[in-house]
Amino acid sequence: MEDFAEDEKVDLDTIYRDANVEEILERLDRELIGLVPVKTRIREVAALLVVDRLRKSLDLATSTPSMHMSFTGNPGTGKTTVALRMAEILHRLEYVRSGHLVSVTRDDLVGQYIGHTAPKTKEVLKKAMGGVLFIDEAYYLYKPENERDYGAEAIEILLQAMENQRDDLVVILAGYKDRMDQFFSSNPGMNSRIAHHIDFPDYGDEELLAIAKLMLASMNYRFSEEAAETFRRYIELRRLQPYFANARSIRNALDRARLRQANRIFDRRGEGLTRKDLITIEAEDLLASRIFSVRSE
Amino acid sequence: MMTNYGNRLTQGQFSYLPDLTDDQIKAQLRWAISHGWAVSVEYTDDPHPRNTYWDMFGLPMFDLKDPAGMMMEIDECRKTFPNHYVRVMAFSSERGVESPTMSFIVNRPANEPGFKLTRIEGPGRTQSYSITAYAIDSPEGERY
Ligand SMILES: Nc1ncnc2c1ncn2[C@@H]1O[C@H](COP(=O)(O)OP(=O)(O)O)[C@@H](O)[C@H]1O
Ligand SMILES: [Mg+2]
Repeated sequence: MEDFAEDEKVDLDTIYRDANVEEILERLDRELIGLVPVKTRIREVAALLVVDRLRKSLDLATSTPSMHMSFTGNPGTGKTTVALRMAEILHRLEYVRSGHLVSVTRDDLVGQYIGHTAPKTKEVLKKAMGGVLFIDEAYYLYKPENERDYGAEAIEILLQAMENQRDDLVVILAGYKDRMDQFFSSNPGMNSRIAHHIDFPDYGDEELLAIAKLMLASMNYRFSEEAAETFRRYIELRRLQPYFANARSIRNALDRARLRQANRIFDRRGEGLTRKDLITIEAEDLLASRIFSVRSE
Repeated sequence: MMTNYGNRLTQGQFSYLPDLTDDQIKAQLRWAISHGWAVSVEYTDDPHPRNTYWDMFGLPMFDLKDPAGMMMEIDECRKTFPNHYVRVMAFSSERGVESPTMSFIVNRPANEPGFKLTRIEGPGRTQSYSITAYAIDSPEGERY
């Protein structure tokens, strides 16, 4: 440290530009609707890593910042999608050596009998090394009602890896907010190793409509003007139904609309067909949904 | 082999060098991964050079992206067999190659007594030679 004058100019921009982080962050902004608090947190994490790299390049000793995270939110709020992006960002900033993401649930980690769990968990860890391990619905690892549950063994091994192999692996736990909070309060060891808690809010109606349009555009479809209005109503109604899963419900609804559109077009064989017909989802493709009939029952 | 300093077994790559450090092993593994070779870990306590088939420790690692994961397997093997020879192999499945491309020792017994050379006199003053590891007389698992 003595080799450097304190007022020497240091070049933050070069590291930032070289890592192409801006490009990913912009893509994140463009391809993911809403999620403002999440995007802000990701920018903060990226800034921390850039500055950390710069400090390292000046021999300013720091212990590597911990990057284990928890993503909490309802289904379909973008947790898995953001985790994939996170892996890419961590890779570009050289926090992990390879940018792959290994996504698992309890069944991949916990065994059925004594001696089965440790090898399973270690197998998963081996695959995730150098990248990101994403554990969906992590609270299922901990079953307090059964004290001989093997999940505790998996947690123990994960904790060890999270502590001792921070340079090799980033762990992201995901799930419903309330159940994750409960999980963390009964597993303080886990809680203390998670550096970033990021909460994914539910989407508003306008956001879901924007997501729908984005999804359609990426598949080379679009709503007719009337269909867009119909879908707005669809969202309002769908939200009130059971198993509403934010953006995932939207994706499923669009898949069904595509099916109906294809059938509508197919039934009209013989009539002239244009490119416009092929890319347009009409109101009738949506109105056939069960959602619109529920109310009249 | 018989005249090596300390009777160190010399088989595979790097065996005339001091033992590789873990970081050096990881660098070799990175090389194997970058070529898409499957890495496996094997162990034995029968170091005769004609003993080509050592015991496999776990399955070959086809789908690991990073040396740290392979290092876990190597460490596990060292822990299970601290007094065996352990080697790391890389295998190329590329058409036309389909054979091992790397092999190097990553663990050896603390004490290596080496090999005994036996000279066998044949008819007409011909001589044939044979080598036997001094350790081989004990049963498997009790040799080092
Ligand atoms: N903000 C968003 N903008 C665009 N698409 C989104 C957004 N959030 C989620 N999606 C899409 O919704 C689907 C479900 O998201 P996912 O990440 O699997 O949610 P979760 O893991 O929280 O259940 C995916 O197809 C994803 O691409
Ligand atoms: Mg998910």
